[in-house]
Amino acid sequence: MLKIFQGIFKIMSVALLLVMIACSQEQQDAATIRVSGEMQAELVAPPMVPEPVGSRPATRLKVELEIIEKEAEMANGVRYVYWTFGGSVPGKFIRIRIGDEVKVTLKNHPDNKLPHNIDMHAVTGPGGGATSSFVAPGHTITFSFKALNPGLFVYHCATAPVGMHIANGMYGLILVEPEGGLPPVDKEYYIMQGDFYTKGKYGEPGLQAFDMQKAIDEHPDYVVFNGKVGALTGDNAITAKVGETIRLFVGNGGPNLVSSFHVIGEIFDKVHIEAGSLINENVQTTLIPAGGAAMVELKVEVPGTFILVDHSIFRAFNKGALGMLKVLGKENKAIYSGKEQEGIYQPEGGTIQEMPGENAKTPKAESLSQRIEYGKQIYSQTCYACHQPNGEGIPNAFPPLAQSDYMNADVDRAISTVLHGKSGEIMVNGKTFNSVMPAQNLSDEQVANVLTFVYNSWGNSKLEVKPEQVQKVRSGH
Amino acid sequence: MVSMSGLSLGQDDMKMIGAGSYLPLYGSDTDEVFVPAFYLDVYPVTNQEFLAFVKANPAWRKSKILGLFADGSYLNTWLNDTTLAVEMDPNAPVTNVSWFAAKEYCDCQEKRLPGMDEWEYAAMASEIQANAQTDSVFNQRIVSSYETPKTYSQPVGSTYRNYWGIYDMHGLIWEWTFDFSSVLISGESRKDGQTDRNLFCAAGAVSASNLMDYAAFMRYAFRGSIKANYGIRNLGFRCAKTANK
Repeated sequence: MLKIFQGIFKIMSVALLLVMIACSQEQQDAATIRVSGEMQAELVAPPMVPEPVGSRPATRLKVELEIIEKEAEMANGVRYVYWTFGGSVPGKFIRIRIGDEVKVTLKNHPDNKLPHNIDMHAVTGPGGGATSSFVAPGHTITFSFKALNPGLFVYHCATAPVGMHIANGMYGLILVEPEGGLPPVDKEYYIMQGDFYTKGKYGEPGLQAFDMQKAIDEHPDYVVFNGKVGALTGDNAITAKVGETIRLFVGNGGPNLVSSFHVIGEIFDKVHIEAGSLINENVQTTLIPAGGAAMVELKVEVPGTFILVDHSIFRAFNKGALGMLKVLGKENKAIYSGKEQEGIYQPEGGTIQEMPGENAKTPKAESLSQRIEYGKQIYSQTCYACHQPNGEGIPNAFPPLAQSDYMNADVDRAISTVLHGKSGEIMVNGKTFNSVMPAQNLSDEQVANVLTFVYNSWGNSKLEVKPEQVQKVRSGH
Repeated sequence: MVSMSGLSLGQDDMKMIGAGSYLPLYGSDTDEVFVPAFYLDVYPVTNQEFLAFVKANPAWRKSKILGLFADGSYLNTWLNDTTLAVEMDPNAPVTNVSWFAAKEYCDCQEKRLPGMDEWEYAAMASEIQANAQTDSVFNQRIVSSYETPKTYSQPVGSTYRNYWGIYDMHGLIWEWTFDFSSVLISGESRKDGQTDRNLFCAAGAVSASNLMDYAAFMRYAFRGSIKANYGIRNLGFRCAKTANK
């Protein structure tokens, strides 16, 4: 038995070894890919991306990034000094192919206060380029690398204090396409999450300074897509047409949080897990590490607005991690019907308002005053919460019972309302109400009592309702 | 600024910085550095003062200066050799000056550039404390000021006056120090902890938890990114003088 296991283990080891050889072989091959010609990389600000590389051969590619420290809006009325690669957060999208020899030039704008550098996760070499790209304000620096691994990679600044440079927005994505390019899709977009730490709380207006303590404590005030609240909502939403396949390049700059990326109402058909070569299918939510990325593909089948969130959901609704994908086109009722019917849910016998023991021993009223007294008890247990202690009701929600023209006009209608409940629009004392009153599980005697109490209170018509009347209405339905 | 009008910012406008010890960013707990008493300029050197210097010393005009001593950004916002640009405030600190030019300026005043330890020691003073390293409000203010754009165009004296009577140690510009390049930051800041233990020990890099350290990290990173012939829009200087024993 043990022998068999050892045998299997041996086979597995050999298989593993072969896989490893295959992988290093691939890198080896990438290192020897011949380059031809020279071209300038087209860099594009989010949420758009440059044209796919397609089938072009590997080349000498020049990438020029300008570092700009600038004030911009983080949310309505909230300003922040961002540090950026190319003037946007995230920085410009860089698109290259495997085997490219990339010459990266960093230009640190003369107005900037700080030195910066770049660490590209796509680079094989010390510091991912950071050791060779440290540049003072008003200066430029150049380094080169050969792209050996395909995938979607984060780039970021790695100058001390590293966390602060990242927290101020110094990150972006670089895509290394495989030989022949990624499979074509209809639309591609660039989204990157980041957490921000401001002196003032979320929404506090004015120019907000970076708060180092909150950053160390990992308590962000803002968690956003593409650098600001609302970068991908309303008019800034990304768009598609029904039937199109969309590829999202999603990164997470951090500095601290991990993202649970989710699109409400869609399922990712494909996810390149952690933006590597492994593809998962039919994924609801994909985890994106800080300093990591994912490539997700989804085909949109029905029109509507689909909400992009970090499903650590308070971040979405309280800190800004929310975007929109607007899909236009024809409805497909077979896939999603829309609202078909709406109604009141009343289980068998009405929505039961249980009053244990009451039904069994309802005293029989001997006089009008007794009926009013018993009715008052029922009112205070059953009706009071909505119609209020003095029958005044609640404006726009629950109609008044005091001086109620609606009640005084028709006693049978009032009895029926108590017995069967009521929904839909009614007019009471000149005001329109449109809500729901559930049916009340009361005996004829109790309905008579409570209505008599109401009719004899708050300026109403002083009517006495008898149990026989209630019985008549009940049996009439 | 009102208090400054009528003052001449000449050689005598210095204050004594009292002797003491301090813990540099790159030190370990036991490595306090003793800083003897010295004099430091109350204000950074202004555009108008530097203009007077180049008028008197033609070799340091931007058209004349040797390439060895200054790169192409030397005084590059000036209209010409001896005229400031219209939008420049004569009382704003001079920037876009190389280390060589700054050193020469101070030499001509019979002063010198402050050492990095001297500068750091004088700069850790808030308005009320000689050593405000543990004052979180003061330190947050420094970090914030490093993030505020275009402060170089403000006149000298427009920030705060510290414990020693020195203005603008933080908030206007970076300042040259005599031995700015003695801390070797490779640019790969995360590695520096291991490679150069004396100057940037792992403890300093990894466990820096107070805000003073972060502000200092930014200064040391800046110093590590520059060369003596660089001119930078946010980099100026002030002079120091050794106190008579």
